[in-house]
Amino acid sequence: MSLGKNKVNLLHKNYLHSLTIEKRWVRFHQVIIFLVFFTGWEISSQQRWIDPLLFSSPSKIWNLFLEKFQDGSLLSNLGVTLTETIFGFILGTLLGTLLAALLWWSPMFSKIIDPYLVILNAMPKVALGPILIVALGPGYPSIIAMGAIISVIITTLVVYTSFKEVDPNYMKVLQTFGATRFQCFKEAILPASFPTIISTLKVNVGLSWVGVIVGEFLVSSRGLGYLIIYGFQVFNFTLVFMSLLVIAVVATIMYQLVELLEKKLIKE
Amino acid sequence: MSFLAIKDVHHTYFTKASATTALSEITLHVEEGEFVSFLGPSGCGKTTLLSIIAGLIKPTEGTILLENKPTSGLKNQIGYMLQQDYLFPWKTIEENILLGLKLSQQLNDKSKLAAIDLLKQMGLSGIEKQLPKQLSGGMRQRAALVRTLATEPKLLMLDEPFSALDYQTKLKLEDLVSNTLDAFGKTAILVTHDIGEAIAMSDRVVLFSPSPGRVHKVFDMPEELRILSPFNARNHETFSSIFQTIWKELESLESR
Repeated sequence: MSLGKNKVNLLHKNYLHSLTIEKRWVRFHQVIIFLVFFTGWEISSQQRWIDPLLFSSPSKIWNLFLEKFQDGSLLSNLGVTLTETIFGFILGTLLGTLLAALLWWSPMFSKIIDPYLVILNAMPKVALGPILIVALGPGYPSIIAMGAIISVIITTLVVYTSFKEVDPNYMKVLQTFGATRFQCFKEAILPASFPTIISTLKVNVGLSWVGVIVGEFLVSSRGLGYLIIYGFQVFNFTLVFMSLLVIAVVATIMYQLVELLEKKLIKE
Repeated sequence: MSFLAIKDVHHTYFTKASATTALSEITLHVEEGEFVSFLGPSGCGKTTLLSIIAGLIKPTEGTILLENKPTSGLKNQIGYMLQQDYLFPWKTIEENILLGLKLSQQLNDKSKLAAIDLLKQMGLSGIEKQLPKQLSGGMRQRAALVRTLATEPKLLMLDEPFSALDYQTKLKLEDLVSNTLDAFGKTAILVTHDIGEAIAMSDRVVLFSPSPGRVHKVFDMPEELRILSPFNARNHETFSSIFQTIWKELESLESR
């Protein structure tokens, strides 16, 4: 027995309707959590259940945000941090991919360098901060280097693994056409690993933020990281929280943008 | 002097734990325009031998001569078709079939037209701008054949090219490949474990025995089968008797 066309349409409509309802419930609860958290914060601060000097309050943060926004200091600091982060993660991804290509190119080099990569990967890269500042000077270069160095080794390892996992039969096809090793890399290895490289980009965005913020802590002259460390030193926690929230929002937007880019590029 | 001469080829794979001899004392001659099948149970080194002939692996001992020249230094004289199509998924069909020409810097308007024309002859017109995933398995394998033939190799090697296809597509492709090779007068070597396919397509069937791979026996196909297309050869009365003969030989190899 077959269902009538009308009946099928009706069932489909019901199904779509149930999907919409579910989505609305999810959104509803997300908004509830948001509101409860911030109103709870505001009320407990006003009622002095928590120390307003230490934990500030959403209204104070918002007022400070407007003030800093109007005098332009927020945007200039945000601009500095954004620039450093973008350069950091692009540089990290590019260098990592380049290093992975070198490892793929020379299996001998890869064998020799292997223990050093393991050590570098295990080491907390932010600990290199002071050395970078001494070497590159307290400014953009050392902070960008921090943003890059934190992601470069892990990118190398991930991308190199993906290079090695490309089906060797693609290489075989190219070799029967007399392709050189460079041609094999360009025609098969690199394009086949492209999705992996893009997805490391996504991970590296997050890592770069860590590197850049820590770098700004150390250099302490400009940027959101500087605002946090400055707020901490003068005991202005409203400033600290405001910087944190701005970082959270901007980092999320950046991550979403890279994800969008990934979807676009992988679809091609 | 024969077109392709395989002389005393011996090949051993080395690993830390062992040395495995894959091929031993292989001597074979293939004449121009001939279609030869390598038949044998798995592990008899058929694919290794193909890779050696193609110059992808250097044999431990022995020489391979194509028209009296060693094959290791030759470029684009030998076409190689694998079990699966291995079309590059991120390239369009056109980019895929022109790949060999591009890599060997033979890509020009004339060779490009010839390749596109070959695609049409294979019944694949109007799909140049599509990606491989938009095509069916049979179409992809045909496109892979065009890619292999586009560089005009003198010798074509087919490494179980039909084994991943469904039976009907396989029979159709056998006919198509056989006709195309006849039309271009190409010499071809087919590796297969399908007795019927070997008989239907070849002029000669070389039976290999395993561990280490050796030439066990060579069967010359009778003239009446050679002139028929693979599909018709399968229906010819002598087909089943040859099938039985080779089947028994294969059985005797396994019981050893």
